[in-house]
Amino acid sequence: MDLIIEGIKKAFWLLVSFDPEVLGITFLSLKVSGTATLISLIIGISVGASVALTRFPGRRFAVSLINTGMALPPVVVGLFVTIFLWRNGPLGVLGILYTPLAMIIAQAVIATPIVMGITLAAVQQLPAKLRLQILALGATRLQMVWILIKEAKLSLLAAVMAGFGGVISEVGASIMVGGNIKGYSRVLTTATVMETGRGNFDVAIALSIILLLLAYLINLVLTQVQQRERAR
Amino acid sequence: MKRLCYALFISLGILVLMAGGSSVVQAQDKTLILATTTSTQDTGLLDVLIPIFEKQTGYFVKTIAVGSGQAMTMGQKGEADVLLVHSPAAEKKFMEDGFGVSRRLVMHNDFIIVGPSDDPAKIKGLKSAGEAFKKIAAAQALFISRGDNSGTHAKEKDIWKVAGVKYEGEKWYQQTGLGMGQTLNVAAEKKAYTLADRGTYLAVAKTMKLDILVEGDAVLLNIYHVMEVNPQKWPKANIAAAKAFADFMVSKETQEIIKTYGIDKYGSPLFFPDAGKKVEDLGK
Repeated sequence: MDLIIEGIKKAFWLLVSFDPEVLGITFLSLKVSGTATLISLIIGISVGASVALTRFPGRRFAVSLINTGMALPPVVVGLFVTIFLWRNGPLGVLGILYTPLAMIIAQAVIATPIVMGITLAAVQQLPAKLRLQILALGATRLQMVWILIKEAKLSLLAAVMAGFGGVISEVGASIMVGGNIKGYSRVLTTATVMETGRGNFDVAIALSIILLLLAYLINLVLTQVQQRERAR
Repeated sequence: MKRLCYALFISLGILVLMAGGSSVVQAQDKTLILATTTSTQDTGLLDVLIPIFEKQTGYFVKTIAVGSGQAMTMGQKGEADVLLVHSPAAEKKFMEDGFGVSRRLVMHNDFIIVGPSDDPAKIKGLKSAGEAFKKIAAAQALFISRGDNSGTHAKEKDIWKVAGVKYEGEKWYQQTGLGMGQTLNVAAEKKAYTLADRGTYLAVAKTMKLDILVEGDAVLLNIYHVMEVNPQKWPKANIAAAKAFADFMVSKETQEIIKTYGIDKYGSPLFFPDAGKKVEDLGK
């Protein structure tokens, strides 16, 4: 119990003293996971909405794949991204293993199926007649898709939260493709693992608290957006 | 809603631009990939040495802290430029197979057998590590192994061989697959015995209840070498940087830092510098 109190004290001090290392780690976490989430939104929403609105052979299989992707283990993603990015691997010429960019790629791979799956379910759940009505009012197909996406935005904001939550909290892929390099690719989760290994439990607890605070703040903003819309 | 949405997207867009900025990808000939063991990172030694090296040479070091086994696999696959490891038998094989171009002695400390203070297997004070392992096996006292092909794990298997008892698959023998610090945590929580390097033990001991029970046996020496990867096998290896780092590790100034590192915090040094010495003379 003392340890937790020590940790809370430490977290407080690290925050109010603007410890440059902790600030850097926190900012990098936000940058990597934020960028990965944005990429996953672009791919996830477009593919998810397309699959929801079209009929093609093998569609059920595609949907089952997307839904399975929502459970993609981060370490598995980390392993494959590492193998691909190795200097002597298929994408070795890029030379980006052990960089924040590699972490963004791995996290985008993790978040995309989550966003895609939720988008798919959300768009598909809209009444079928709505589509007919929109088209009957003279909208083009692209306009229709845009309106449908806007109709589903409550669920889509949930997709953003799920995607971001998935990547800001994952550690397996980040440590494998990022390498937990001090001042360069160390994020809150990988730093927590390392400090635990070093027996610095107070620092580990402090980092966890900062991570939780960060996740809470982001979700608070998103929830505000989501719930304000609902009240209207 | 619309404005908030835009604000959100713009702020995310700024993040993307920043992430895509020049800070992300470093020029390759200025970066060095150092594959090393968890013990050098968990003790904090590298946090002191790497910034000095970077300042002196202008190289950017990517330290990947894994077990010695994985570090050497990275070297064999050409995924690291230089290795700082402590698994002598595997290192010799690495050199014989032509994966490395030089192997130099850097420092040593020692392994210790730690366990709960009530010491159910009665090994405290024994002079022989093999004897201690035999007693642990006979008492069927819980033993926690790293189980991760690290240098410590390799040493542990050597000692079991000396002890000559069956341990694999036994109920009292458990493997964590984790780094040294975490394995010590597990051992402390389960009141079990384990083999640890003294450096990591001293660095994490303050938070756990584990006593040093056996120390000083010659077999318990923990020796670190620095090895440069063979550029003939892997042309992409940054051999100039690797050589600079290896030279740095055995340089007089670095050895002086190693000699005193940890004294202020733990009361005794965590490592003993050995550059230029012979392995046979260590611990005498």
